[in-house]
Amino acid sequence: MAPKSVKSIRNPELIPGVRKCSRSQMYHKRGLWAIKAKNGGKFPQHEKAAAAPAVEEKPPKFYPADDIKKPLSNTRKAKPTKLRASITPGTVLIVLAGRFKGKRVVFLKQLSSGLLLVTGPYKVNGVPLRRVNQAYVIGTSTKVDISGVNLEKYDDKYFAKQVEKKQKKGESEFFEADKKEKNELPAEKKEDQKAVDTSLLKAIEAVPELKTYLGARFSLKAGMKPHELVF
Amino acid sequence: MPFKRFVEIGRVALVNYGEDYGKLVVIVDVIDQNRALVDSPDMVRSQMNFKRLSLTDIKIDIKRVPKKKALVAAMEAADVKGKWEKSSWGRKLIVQKRRASLNDFDRFKLMIAKIKKAGVVRQELAKLKKEIAS
Repeated sequence: MAPKSVKSIRNPELIPGVRKCSRSQMYHKRGLWAIKAKNGGKFPQHEKAAAAPAVEEKPPKFYPADDIKKPLSNTRKAKPTKLRASITPGTVLIVLAGRFKGKRVVFLKQLSSGLLLVTGPYKVNGVPLRRVNQAYVIGTSTKVDISGVNLEKYDDKYFAKQVEKKQKKGESEFFEADKKEKNELPAEKKEDQKAVDTSLLKAIEAVPELKTYLGARFSLKAGMKPHELVF
Repeated sequence: MPFKRFVEIGRVALVNYGEDYGKLVVIVDVIDQNRALVDSPDMVRSQMNFKRLSLTDIKIDIKRVPKKKALVAAMEAADVKGKWEKSSWGRKLIVQKRRASLNDFDRFKLMIAKIKKAGVVRQELAKLKKEIAS
């Protein structure tokens, strides 16, 4: 807060609700009599703003038959998902669900949708650049040096599904065409994967046994109690 | 079989229940049949039920209810910490703590090391078996 300059208080509050000076005493103290005198017997007033000409409202063309209730307006904005303190760029994460469950994976950054951008690296364990929800992930305390990677072009739009052109329904063509189009990953995405992975791999190979670690899947064995394990 | 570890002034005990779980404390006085006055360099002198204590082999030489300084000096002189960490009980606890604090990566490295060691042992064993057979 800006520091309050301690000036003398004109009308101190003696008890809550009871001030020292009366209305007429304050009038005198504030010098309102002097302001009036200066202005020829009345308070100075500024000119009223010229009233804007009233807009002519036309009667509506259409009156709806039923009164429809308007839903209340909602101006809430969802806050961005809070990232767990244990998850920082370069952390090794254990994926818990989905096709890659059990895989140990390197965390790159959090996207604007709240999902985590993650990569295997692809050569090490087959996990590509992928989005993963924070809730389905265990953050370990192992970190990889991620400073050599440029992640600016990766955002949620990068992962949006490709919109296919609508095909007219010719019965025999319908089935064949679908099968052909699904498989190919565009070369650009493969290049992106390589670009991210090469610098990561250098950092990974610098740590002994980290590469085999990332290549192995995590599983609970006999005697392992998840609530007692330190990750 | 006679008893070897007695409740006596100067007996070092391990706390096995409660807030001070895992601490080494010295019995400094006996209050009654169930409770002892117990003290340690890093805690306030307090009473404890004997059920919360596990007696160790270590005993130090102190008078009844010594001052903190005297207690600390006596513990240094007897090298309680050193003796404890060399004893098999103490070593076991240290290993347990280390294992509990292992990282996921550490556990992986440990598994690899165990497999390698077992591989080497098995090779040697195979060699020896061959020699015997031939």
